[in-house]
Amino acid sequence: MARKANSVIDSAAKVKRGLKFKKIFSNYQLYLFLLPALIYFIVFHYLPMYGILIAFKDFVATKGIMGSPWVGFKHFERFFESFQFWTLIKNTLGLSVVQLIVGFPLPIFLALMLNQIRSEKYKRFVQTVVYAPHFISVVVLAGMIFVFFSNNGLINNIILLFGGDPISFMAKPEWFKPLYIASGVWQETGWAAIIYLAALAGVSPELHEAAVMDGANKWQRIFHVDIPAIMPTAVILLILSVGGIMNIGFEKAYLLQTPMNQPSAEIIPTYVYKMGLQQAQYSFAAAVGLFNAVINLILLIAVNKFAKKLSGTGLW
Amino acid sequence: MSLLALKNKKITRGSKEDRVFDIINVFLTAMILILVVYPLYFIVIASFSDPNMIYEGKVWLLPKEITFEGYERIFRDSKIWLGYKNSIIYTVVGTFVNVAFTLMAAYALSRKDLYGRNVFMFLFLMTMFFSGGLIPTYLIVKNLGLLNTMWALILPKAVAVWNVIVAKTYFETSIPNELLEAAKMDGCSDAKFFAKIVLPLSKPIVAVMVLFYAVGHWNSYFDALIYLNNENLYPLQLILRNILIQNQASTMMISDLDSLAAKQRVSELIKYGVIIVASVPLLIVYPFVQKYFVKGVMIGGIKG
Repeated sequence: MARKANSVIDSAAKVKRGLKFKKIFSNYQLYLFLLPALIYFIVFHYLPMYGILIAFKDFVATKGIMGSPWVGFKHFERFFESFQFWTLIKNTLGLSVVQLIVGFPLPIFLALMLNQIRSEKYKRFVQTVVYAPHFISVVVLAGMIFVFFSNNGLINNIILLFGGDPISFMAKPEWFKPLYIASGVWQETGWAAIIYLAALAGVSPELHEAAVMDGANKWQRIFHVDIPAIMPTAVILLILSVGGIMNIGFEKAYLLQTPMNQPSAEIIPTYVYKMGLQQAQYSFAAAVGLFNAVINLILLIAVNKFAKKLSGTGLW
Repeated sequence: MSLLALKNKKITRGSKEDRVFDIINVFLTAMILILVVYPLYFIVIASFSDPNMIYEGKVWLLPKEITFEGYERIFRDSKIWLGYKNSIIYTVVGTFVNVAFTLMAAYALSRKDLYGRNVFMFLFLMTMFFSGGLIPTYLIVKNLGLLNTMWALILPKAVAVWNVIVAKTYFETSIPNELLEAAKMDGCSDAKFFAKIVLPLSKPIVAVMVLFYAVGHWNSYFDALIYLNNENLYPLQLILRNILIQNQASTMMISDLDSLAAKQRVSELIKYGVIIVASVPLLIVYPFVQKYFVKGVMIGGIKG
C-alpha cells in the first residue's frame, strides 16, 4: 500500500518535473533575454563581492585573490588605530545626518505648497523650473560653487553690498558642510518633490470636499488630509535614505575638496578612493570600504525594523 | 453640474484665512523660483560680461561690457571638441547597451510564466543593498582588460536595478496577457512578440529609459577619472573638471596672454563659458522631455 502510494507520488513528481523542464524550454527565448543582465550582475556585482576577500588578505596582483596570503583583521585594525579614524567617522556621519535632517523634509514642504497653488499654469511653470537643477552634472555644480563662492565671486559681492566682510569659503573647513548641504538642497529638492506630488494627486477629492463642508481651512486640510496621505511614501523614502547614509554623494565631496578644507571634507568614500586607487593600497582600502558598507547595512536593517514597529510600513 | 461646480468653487475660494494662505504660498513659491533660477541666470550673463565688472560687483541683472572672448577661446580649444565627441559616443553607445539590456531583462521578468523569476528578481535586488565596493569593482574592470577603453565607462554601468523595476512594472500593467495568448495562438515566438508588439506599445517607457540613462552618461565623470589615463579618451565632464576645479586646461587656452592679471581675468571668463557650453545640450532638450522624466519617477514611485 505504502509502496504504491510512494510510486504514485514519485511519478507525480516526475510529471511535475517534466512539466517544469517543458516550461523552461518553451520559454528559452525569455531566458536569453535575461542573460545579458544576468551576466552583468554576476560579473560586475557578485564577483566584486567575492573580491571583498582581499580586505582580509595582503593582496598581491600577480598572485590573484586566492593566492594572496591571509592576514585576518590586520587592515581593519590599522584603520581603527589610524589618527584619521574618528575624523573620518565624524565627517561622514555628520555630513549625511545633517543632510538628511535638512534635506528630507524640504521636498515634502515644497510638494504641499505646489499642491495648493490654484493656477495650473503657474504651478506647472514652478515645477519645470525647480526640477531643472537635478540635471546639472556634479562637475558643473561644483564648478558653480567654486565661481560663486570665490573671493571675488557673486556671494562675496552680495556680502560687500550689505556691508559685510568677504569670506574665503573654499579655504575654511567650517564652510564645507554648509556648502555641500545647501547645494544639494538647491539641486535635488524640486526633483524629490515629484514623488510626493504624485502621492498628493492620488488623494480623493471627496476627502477635501468633506473637510471643506466641515469648515476646515487650508491649514487644517493640509494637516488632516494631505500629510496623512503622503506618510507611507515618506516612511519608505526615509528608510531608503537612512539606509544609504554612509554612501553620501561622494563625487561632489571629492570635487569640493581643497587642500585647505580637507580636515572637514575628507569622508570615508573619498579616503577609500585615495588610499586604494591613488596609492594602490588595495587591501587596506577594501577593508575601509567594507567597514563602511557594514555600518550602512546595520543602519538599514535597524531603521527598517524601527519604521515597521512605528508605522507598519517597511521595505521588507 | 455647472451649478454644483460653481458652488464648489465658491466654497474652495472660501474664507479669509484661505486667501491669506494663498497669498503667502504664491509669495514663497516665487522666492523659491528666484533662488533656483538666479544662479543659472547669473552664469549666463557672466559668461559674456567683462570679468572685471563681475569682480567689482557690477553685474547683477544684465551683462556689462559684453565680450565673447571666453567663448572664442573655448571654441578654439581642441580638447573641448574632443571631449564633446567622446561624450557623445559614450552616451549613444552606453545608452543603447543600457536600454537593450534593461528592457529585455525587464520584459522577461514581467512574464508570470517565467520559471524562477523570483530568484532572478532577488539576485538583481540584492545588488541594491550589497556591493563589493570601489576597490574590488576596479580590480574586476582591470582584470577584464577594460582600463583605458570606452567599455570601462559602459559595461560596469550596463544595467540599473531601479530602471529594471520601473520597466517591469510598466510591462506588467500595460501589456495585457490576452495579447500574448492571441499571439502565441498564431505561432508567434517570444522574441517576435517582444520586438513586434511589446516595444511598439511601450514607447513611453523606452523614452523614459533612454532619457535617464543618457543623462547619466552625459553627466558622469568619476568612472572616467578612475578607469581612463589616456587624455584622448576623456569625456567632456572630465575636461570640465580640469578647467573648473583644477584650473588646468584653461592655462592652455590662455597661454598667449602675457600679464598674470589678463590670464586670471580670461580664465574666469572661460569658467563661466564652459559651464554653459557643457550644459547646452541638456538645456535645449530639457523643456521638451521634462514630462517624460516626471513620468519615469512616478512609475517608479508608485511601486516603490
